[in-house]
Amino acid sequence: MAQAKRPVSPHLQVYRWSVTMASSILHRATGVALGAGTLLLAWWLLAAATSDEAYALVQLCMGSVLGQVVMLGFVWALTYHLFNGLRHLVWDMGYGFELKTAQISGWVALVGSGAVTLVLAFVCGGAS
Amino acid sequence: MSLRTPISKVRGQGSAGSGTHHFWMQRVTAVALIPLVIWFLYALLSHMGGSRDEVIAWVSQPIVAVAFVLLLGAGLYHLKLGLQVVIEDYVHGEGMKLVSQLAVTLVTAAVGVASVFAVLKIAL
Repeated sequence: MAQAKRPVSPHLQVYRWSVTMASSILHRATGVALGAGTLLLAWWLLAAATSDEAYALVQLCMGSVLGQVVMLGFVWALTYHLFNGLRHLVWDMGYGFELKTAQISGWVALVGSGAVTLVLAFVCGGAS
Repeated sequence: MSLRTPISKVRGQGSAGSGTHHFWMQRVTAVALIPLVIWFLYALLSHMGGSRDEVIAWVSQPIVAVAFVLLLGAGLYHLKLGLQVVIEDYVHGEGMKLVSQLAVTLVTAAVGVASVFAVLKIAL
């Protein structure tokens, strides 16, 4: 069909990256990733409710290098989605739409979530 | 000239028949999740590495169990609403759209019921 060959918008690959664009894409990406994270949370709760063997398997997986990386990613995704979600709620109330303001709040969400994740990882790593 | 009937204007439900319900519930669950996620981040890092006995003792506290049920309820509802929009945006075939929307609804509901049941089994 001729329609299939027609150029379609948006062409993400031709745009220069901006912080507003990156923060928007990351909000959706972290949201989907948190869906997978929720499955892990459910697995952990069900294992704790089921048996020592089931819980030991969760601990083995979470304690591995890959498991630790996944946990770090989960914490960052949750923190970023929280920061950027607050940004969305402020927009919903009609504030923060000036380009400069939106760029600054985007950087705050990105850098803030990264910093909080590092602090939490450090505190947790120090405690365990 | 508008072709909309007076009753449809009054109801304000739009072409999808549900008005701003999706938008509004996404915001309601988002607001609920602000304190719950802050608590969860603290909880995650202070208890998740613990032994099974420690975790059971912790989740058995009524306030912790209630917080988990609220987090899972609001979180999975919020997830369902978000994934629904992602599918609306990216999945175009009518058949695939129907199948994926159904899958999201059923899987989030199943995960919600299973994880809440796990919390209650531990706590009660």
